Amino acid sequence: MTQSDFFRLDNVSKRFGVVQALDKVSIAFQPGELLALVGENGAGKSTMMRILEGVFQPDSGTVHSDGAAVAFAEPRDSQKAGIRVIHQEPEIVPNLTVAENIFVGEMPRLAGLFLDWRTLEQQTNAVLNTFGMDRDMHPRQLCSTLGPAQRQMVEIMRAVRAGGRLIAFDEPTSSLTDDEARRLFAVIRRLRAEGASIIYISHRLNEIIDLADRIVVLRDGRLVDDSPAAGATEQGIAKLMVGRDVADLFTRQSKDVQEIVLEVDRLTTDQVKDVSLTVRKGEVLGIAGLMGAGRSELAKGIFGFDRRRSGRVVMNGVAIAQDSPQAAIVAGIGFAPEDRKHEALLLFRSILDNASLCVTDKTGRFGFFSRRRAMDIVAPLAAKMSIKAPSLDEEVSKLSGGNQQKVVLTRWLARQPMLLILDEPTRGIDIGAKSEIYRLIGELAANGIGLILISSEMSELIGLADRILVMADGRVTAELTRPNIDEAAILHFAMPQSPSSPGDHVQ
Amino acid sequence: MNTVELRSSAAENPRHGMSRIVERVGVHNISLLAALAILIVIFGFLRGDVFFSSRNLLNIGLGITILGVLAMSQTVVIVAGGLDIAVGAIVGLTTVSTALAIQQTGSPATGIVAGLVVGGIAGLVNGIIITYGRVNAVIATLGTMAIFRGIAFIISDGQSIAIFSDTFRFIGIGRILGLPLLIWILILTAIAFQLFLARSIVGRNIYALGGNPIVARFSGININRYRVGIYIMSGVAAGLAGILLAARTGSGQPVSGSQGLELEAITAAVLGGCALQGGKGTIVGALLGVAIIGVLNNGMILTSVPTFYQLLAKGSLLILAVVIAEYHLNRT
Repeated sequence: MTQSDFFRLDNVSKRFGVVQALDKVSIAFQPGELLALVGENGAGKSTMMRILEGVFQPDSGTVHSDGAAVAFAEPRDSQKAGIRVIHQEPEIVPNLTVAENIFVGEMPRLAGLFLDWRTLEQQTNAVLNTFGMDRDMHPRQLCSTLGPAQRQMVEIMRAVRAGGRLIAFDEPTSSLTDDEARRLFAVIRRLRAEGASIIYISHRLNEIIDLADRIVVLRDGRLVDDSPAAGATEQGIAKLMVGRDVADLFTRQSKDVQEIVLEVDRLTTDQVKDVSLTVRKGEVLGIAGLMGAGRSELAKGIFGFDRRRSGRVVMNGVAIAQDSPQAAIVAGIGFAPEDRKHEALLLFRSILDNASLCVTDKTGRFGFFSRRRAMDIVAPLAAKMSIKAPSLDEEVSKLSGGNQQKVVLTRWLARQPMLLILDEPTRGIDIGAKSEIYRLIGELAANGIGLILISSEMSELIGLADRILVMADGRVTAELTRPNIDEAAILHFAMPQSPSSPGDHVQ
Repeated sequence: MNTVELRSSAAENPRHGMSRIVERVGVHNISLLAALAILIVIFGFLRGDVFFSSRNLLNIGLGITILGVLAMSQTVVIVAGGLDIAVGAIVGLTTVSTALAIQQTGSPATGIVAGLVVGGIAGLVNGIIITYGRVNAVIATLGTMAIFRGIAFIISDGQSIAIFSDTFRFIGIGRILGLPLLIWILILTAIAFQLFLARSIVGRNIYALGGNPIVARFSGININRYRVGIYIMSGVAAGLAGILLAARTGSGQPVSGSQGLELEAITAAVLGGCALQGGKGTIVGALLGVAIIGVLNNGMILTSVPTFYQLLAKGSLLILAVVIAEYHLNRT
């Protein structure tokens, strides 16, 4: 088969608001080849999967199948074309059996009405045998009794039992143990040997180098490299993933202050394990890590939103006794969460209402809301933040992402915290608002406020942070201090410990 | 778009009379007024002689006092993202408690305190079950509805308890400045609720809580305490409604409040613009909803619609109100 015979993306672009998720990406997928897709969070990998799946349609460019341009209006179309995507989170029904989950939608029937259990069980056993899972689960076993890895296998068996010509795995090993990952690799190798084209997405670079035939690197929606896996190194790939062209958008000078504002002592929550850190006055502490590393959860633990299992949070030398956001705010902590729309903003209320939400102690008069007092506090800050809106009575849902984020920041500026936690403060906002937020961070730090900056953008972290903590699996794996901060080091410590070295498995 | 202006949009763009009135009153309230006007025209046309008599208008007013109190407290509960379907049962329980207290002590003040306290305790029970037991509000209050009704029957032995205090009866039948005392109480309660929900800090936080509990929590609002407090408020309001009912009928009856008071209260709140998802709704809207129900009830009696058919109308009205609310919600 030649290139044009199989699947191909040709100059595919996709834009979401101000974010160019994919920018003229062309990739040819060969039969019998394993193509690894790597890139930072937000590089465009998931968008590409969604387009192949038919969930998103490209703004421009085309998907080709067997030499002809195809348009997938919905997932059913792409499935008919032989494309299968296995998602990171298994989408199985826990209260149905293994057999029902694998054959959902195509279950054998008796007299067109009743489920033909005997045939279903035989078919399921055949599938379990093919995948070497016959000793791990029984067709009649409820999926709720399966472990995460077994659920993942059920998802995979459902996707590929009827064969597939292009099969994509999105971070399949993130929840697997050594042995389970090894068996998954065997399955993937067999599918490849049978002539399927495999797309494999993972952050574990060593795994990829061993497994892949070809490695494609995405950065900011653009394809930056497409080359054979042979000879690739982890450092080389990491450098390509991060890039350097945006590295100097903003840099700031550290100040040498010793006074500690926040001290976290062996904090443990359901998702964070034994994290200790300190933030000094006027210092920006960056938190790096991959998606699911526990960065946001650490922030929620410090802020008292998530229940603390053990450990202490000390502000200005005084331990915060209660784990509630209320206590944290009173102690002088502010927190702008990652998910603006669901965690930070009352979308259908005004800028004024949203910005004055945390200063009700100052806007009240005998328990009643004083609009004048709220205006006195909010209006100068809103002007300083240059929020673009017809008036402060504008509903927040009508603002752009950048202006929404400015409303959240205005809320905290009004509160005048001594420590401000910013979780992905520039995600999904345009470059102008971004640089304004960078400037604000510098200004706050210069005024002696301690900041914790969580970000997936390396350039942002490296440009702004005085120190960086790297997290993986809910723990801090490294602390990097200027001038020893660089992308490759961060990525190295951000990689979860690989469950196995796939290369040493021989089928 | 301009850079932010520091005044309100109303002050910034002076508009012409009509559209300013519309903005001020709200489109929703105007459609409620229109619905009310249509009902009045219909019943006025059918039974104008009786309908517009001052006695009948006063009857409508008296008929909606108890519902009015319940609809306003229900509005607060719904704005906070909850629901309280036990209010009818709490009304029944408090009429009995108040009557018993007056019977035992002879003091109307004791009766009033007993009614409010019993209502508050009932609300506290609801609040604790919903907040700390993490039980869905509908299910929790469905359960306590049966429990409260059961307690009302147990303590009254299933009997109606007569109240012989003239002072207490004055609440139900007395007049001040020509207006029945009950209507004065409704007016005062309405002012209190309006100030509380629309103007107070706590009221504004209730909108935040119902609009998005996660945001509310991140903003330092103690959402558990708010939730429990709101159900206590609902219980106390039901207690007040029970006291008014006992004063009007001169007795405590375990069956009172079981004629679908909660249904009417929720209908009025939803008619008034409450979104069952929480975060939306006003006291003024609820009162307009109450007025519509009051006129409808009165009109159906005047035009001799059989009781059983009145039930059909009330149920349909609730469903219709929710359908309209959902339609608006999905369109915007």
